[in-house]
Amino acid sequence: MKKVRFIFMAIGIAAMTLAGCNSQGNGGSNGGALSSSVAEKVYVAPGEKDTYYGFLSGGYSGNLTVYGLPSGRLFKEIPVFSQFPTSGYGYSEETKPMLNTSHGFVPWDDLHHPDISQTNGELDGRWIFVNGNNTPRIARISLKTFETEEIIEIPNSAGNHSSSFVTENTEYVIAGTRFAVPVPQRDMPISEYKGNFKGALTFISVEPETGHMDIKFQIMMPGFDYDLSHPGRGNSHGWHFFSTYNTEEANSLLEVNASQNDKDFVAAVNWKKIEEYVKNGGGKKMPANYAVNRYDESTHSGSSEMMKEVLVVEPTEVEGAIFFMPMPKSPHGCDVDPSGEYIIGSGKLSSDVTVHSFTKMIDAIENKKFDGDAYGIPILKFEDVMAGVVKSGGLGPLHTEFDGEGNAYTTFFISSEVVKWKIGTWEVLDRKSTFYSVGHLMIPGGNSRKPHGKYLVAMNKITKDRYLPTGPEMEHSAQLFDISGDKMELLSDFPTHGEPHYAAGCRADLIAANSQKIYRLDDNKHPHAIKSPGEARVERNGNEVHVYMSMIRSHFTPDNIEGVKVGDKVYIHVTNHEQDFDVPHGIAVIGANTSEILVMPGQTKTTLWEPKQVGVWPFYCTDFCSALHQEMQGYIRVSPASSDIEISFSLGK
Amino acid sequence: MKHLKYIFISALSLSFLACQNAGNEGTTNTSESSDEVSYHEAGQAFVEDEVSDPNILQIAIGSADHSTLVAAVQATKLENALVNAGPLTVFAPTNAAFDALPEGTVENLLKTENLDQLAAILKHHVTPGNYDKEFLKNFKKLGQADDTDALVEVKGEDVYIGGAKIVASVKGSNGIVHVVDAVILPTSN
Repeated sequence: MKKVRFIFMAIGIAAMTLAGCNSQGNGGSNGGALSSSVAEKVYVAPGEKDTYYGFLSGGYSGNLTVYGLPSGRLFKEIPVFSQFPTSGYGYSEETKPMLNTSHGFVPWDDLHHPDISQTNGELDGRWIFVNGNNTPRIARISLKTFETEEIIEIPNSAGNHSSSFVTENTEYVIAGTRFAVPVPQRDMPISEYKGNFKGALTFISVEPETGHMDIKFQIMMPGFDYDLSHPGRGNSHGWHFFSTYNTEEANSLLEVNASQNDKDFVAAVNWKKIEEYVKNGGGKKMPANYAVNRYDESTHSGSSEMMKEVLVVEPTEVEGAIFFMPMPKSPHGCDVDPSGEYIIGSGKLSSDVTVHSFTKMIDAIENKKFDGDAYGIPILKFEDVMAGVVKSGGLGPLHTEFDGEGNAYTTFFISSEVVKWKIGTWEVLDRKSTFYSVGHLMIPGGNSRKPHGKYLVAMNKITKDRYLPTGPEMEHSAQLFDISGDKMELLSDFPTHGEPHYAAGCRADLIAANSQKIYRLDDNKHPHAIKSPGEARVERNGNEVHVYMSMIRSHFTPDNIEGVKVGDKVYIHVTNHEQDFDVPHGIAVIGANTSEILVMPGQTKTTLWEPKQVGVWPFYCTDFCSALHQEMQGYIRVSPASSDIEISFSLGK
Repeated sequence: MKHLKYIFISALSLSFLACQNAGNEGTTNTSESSDEVSYHEAGQAFVEDEVSDPNILQIAIGSADHSTLVAAVQATKLENALVNAGPLTVFAPTNAAFDALPEGTVENLLKTENLDQLAAILKHHVTPGNYDKEFLKNFKKLGQADDTDALVEVKGEDVYIGGAKIVASVKGSNGIVHVVDAVILPTSN
């Protein structure tokens, strides 16, 4: 019954919103954009550059997209958890190991929550971390090369959703499980979920120089769903806050059964305390099996190592480290303001945004004002920790970001709007409709001590009629707002790739100057690289044929190869000898069961070709590299398996 | 092969013409337009890049022996063509080679009304393709970027292009520069 009321409310509010948007969203016919010079605010003239980077999660594309703001222009799609034929990521021999897991080669994932590395609570622009939700993984992407450098699998986790948020000095990147599972995994009845399944919160240390990730410890929490999380900062640095739902521990029909409790929890974890405990020998090592995949820029190659154990801490082992703060209505977003004082929870089924105070939380803990416990973890009293409630009148709050000027911005999915409110007084200052049903939002630096402000990107889940129709399946839609004034101003719409679940952004100058142009050929340590065309050769080793090939405008060395036989595995190792910015070459061979590979200047990549038919088969450069690009081609002669033709190769003969 | 080369050449000259048209749009005939300047300075030749190996233009600029050539390239606004992806083979006459022309020739060509003629001469020093000295011996003539041919002669170890001798060669990121001891003048086809 209660549920039905919500639906009616939703319809009512949606109708109101719709009426409201007629004057605003569709205002173009009244000359809205022209009369208010909105177009100038997003127009980046040819040759001019955007002032902000936006890194948008690609959701089920498995990849991360890079946009310019305010133009909304797409600059790059960075392959992370999915095979990507555009560059050959996940197809080339060098990058296949990046997608290795304990489940074998997993060529897809659902990429969520990008978070840029921080120093002293401010974005430092070195790396961006993202999480794979489906087969739990965390990836680290270099913001110098814009390539995926590392992927670590998370054991004892499933639905890796309250991830991949970094602490103030990137000490840790944090990964919490959404789905509780048996730990260790075992064959048991699903109905015995309650009390038996666990929810692992994983703390992955980040080596300050290399960025290498390493699981320091896992906290084995009760089997709730850990939905989102954010780090403390300033005074609350050393704590991390996770929203939970399904504290009912239901294992079926969660839309009803996980909505029984009026309040779920925000779990407050003092990771510094647990780190100290672990440093002094605390915790237990348990057997595990998870992959750590690293890409080495100097060898242009990835490698995968299986790790065999993980350090586990039970929440009750460390006194004073973990507490539950009640939060109404199955909270989704769990955001921390720039000062670190306020923890904002957004109950998905609520109309209110509830704000807890870190100072009040500490006071309640010190005075042991507990209201019982859950599995031995003390529960604080709602009234003791609550700082305020934002009564917005919207419905379905999800996520909150900050502008650094004392304001917060919360998205409301059901009422399809962004609401601006004042931290401390909790008064609503402004509200703007989005089109339609906004999920995440991003203000550059909006999850740090010093937001960069200026713009807000609202990432909508529903597109419907915003663009020219493209059949039933459409890209999602983002809306850009100018937030530099008292009221938010809608500037533009732009389509986004896949389904963005959160984004990270920053001022362009933090990253642009460090962006790499080429790889130095003299620094190339790939075992199959050749540094000059004179080293080009073809070698047979049983039924493996290794081609050591170079490419330069506008030929391959060698470009004629004979002596290959049906049934051979032909590894073509190609080194791009260009040392010139933005001159990649590609290679594709007819009938290859992989993708092309795109090789950057100074880089070596390998594609595997397994010829199945006798003949003379061409290969060619796939990137229009030069005026004589069409001449950049060659042939491989494939003889019957029984042939005794020796390997030979040539160029220009 | 030859056919394609001509297509490339046409495309090159077309795009060059297009640049000039774009630059002149909306300006008067009498004064140098600021649009033109900004368009000109926005080409590939002006990309900030201290990491890549030097391209043909950068090699020429870096050579004290080629200041006349560089001045001519800049006057005719051909910089962007020389940093194009190419690949290009450029025959670069030394300052001495320009000095050897009849007195007043260079000054005359640098006059505004003669810049088209100068551009044609400069383009006669450019071959689409990346040919080292050894490989040039395979040719009887080269199809140059001004749409005319230059004769190739081999005398012992020496290679002459349109009568100019190759005295040194420098590889660039987008092709190769052959230093020549004379200005190669186009002959009518």
